[in-house]
Amino acid sequence: MDCNDVRGRLHGYLDQELERSSASELERHLDSCDACRSEVARFSALRKAVGTHATYHRAPAGLAQRIRARVAGSAAAPQTPRRRQWWPTGSLIAARPQWLQLGAAIAATALVTWTAALHFAGPAGDELTAERVIAGHARSVVTGHLADVASSDQHSVKPWLSGRLDFSLPVVDLTGSGFPLVGGRLDYLDERTVAALVYRHREHMINLFVWPLRDDSTTAPVRSLARRGYNVVHWTEGGMAFWAVSDLNATEMRAFVSAYSAAK
Amino acid sequence: MARIYAFARKPPASVDTPGLREPLSLDETSKVQRFEMFFAAHLDAAYNFARWLTRDERNAEDVAQEAFLRAFRFLDSFEGEDGRAWLLGIVRNTYYTWLKRNQISARSVPFDEASFDAGVYGDAGDDGSSVERRLQEKDAKRVVDAALERLPEEFREVIVLRELEGLSYKEIAAIAAIPLGTVMSRLARARKLLLHSLQRASQES
Repeated sequence: MDCNDVRGRLHGYLDQELERSSASELERHLDSCDACRSEVARFSALRKAVGTHATYHRAPAGLAQRIRARVAGSAAAPQTPRRRQWWPTGSLIAARPQWLQLGAAIAATALVTWTAALHFAGPAGDELTAERVIAGHARSVVTGHLADVASSDQHSVKPWLSGRLDFSLPVVDLTGSGFPLVGGRLDYLDERTVAALVYRHREHMINLFVWPLRDDSTTAPVRSLARRGYNVVHWTEGGMAFWAVSDLNATEMRAFVSAYSAAK
Repeated sequence: MARIYAFARKPPASVDTPGLREPLSLDETSKVQRFEMFFAAHLDAAYNFARWLTRDERNAEDVAQEAFLRAFRFLDSFEGEDGRAWLLGIVRNTYYTWLKRNQISARSVPFDEASFDAGVYGDAGDDGSSVERRLQEKDAKRVVDAALERLPEEFREVIVLRELEGLSYKEIAAIAAIPLGTVMSRLARARKLLLHSLQRASQES
């Protein structure tokens, strides 16, 4: 191996990317060549200088949160505009055509005046809320911020939430039914602070969002919605709106809602 | 207590949007969880690479954010074992897209090979001590960073990937989309340029 061969492979040698035999050959040359040895020293010193002094730019504070928020947004964002996915159950099923027409009109309005739709108690308003419920769920899972108070003890979760909210809600541990309580947290949905109870079923998380209705005379039957792999179940009861969301399948979600309703 | 209706019944898929796909069969939440692990492990590497490519904090944030959104979108297509190399490849592609969109000239410093070679090899006999001398000073960090920033980007990127990320030639080849054999020659060129730049800096001071 002559000096030219060595110069050609020197960086592979420094980076320990040469075959063992090739590296040995190169080292034998270095033993007898001052010029090449000096070249190796120069670049070794350079590598050391760069490794020691070049700035490794760590991600700035807040970037992680911003990325998570955007990813959660994209995960929960509609892929195709889909409306009127709610299907009423029981006796309401017969009324679907009118319901759909009404829903279409409302949805069209909702697109124009988003804020107005928030106050609308009809299906389009629920659609928007459902989107936010899914986004809230995805956000909590993505950020790993599931519980402000992490406890399976309903007697510590309930007072924690009650102390921070202007309403009280049923908090029950459902371990016996296969849905252990993970904890609770505050979230912001539908333009107000809401309670989020977090339950687990196997490796799946369930967020149950609860807040008082603006008009507590309204009652809504249990309805469910499947979207992008999430199942959302909504019902109202005792002047409160309940929104359960998870990636569990519809049957498991029904079991969860039944267990929660029966236990409280 | 509200009655729990049999609400699990699904409507026919074609109720009002014929041919529309069913909700994604992929479990979006577990995808999000998978992404989260991946994300936490490589956030710094992605930002660092973006920061060295763009040479600007804000632009680096934009590129890193965009890259992670793309990574999330394509997470299902990632089957390899080397998540960091895969992600850094996305960062690099995102950077070039961003560059095109912003019509920024990538190579702000023209690279004059002839004068450069003369400079380096005119220094025969220097065993690196002048670089070391220079770098013992307290502004070594600034000098090295400045030299690295001045490198044309195809050289800058291989240095960052090799010296700051410690990636193998194979990984660098995949990220920079160059043949394996080109990695070594490009690193060789990049280091000569850096050495030249640092030596000039030490002469000027």
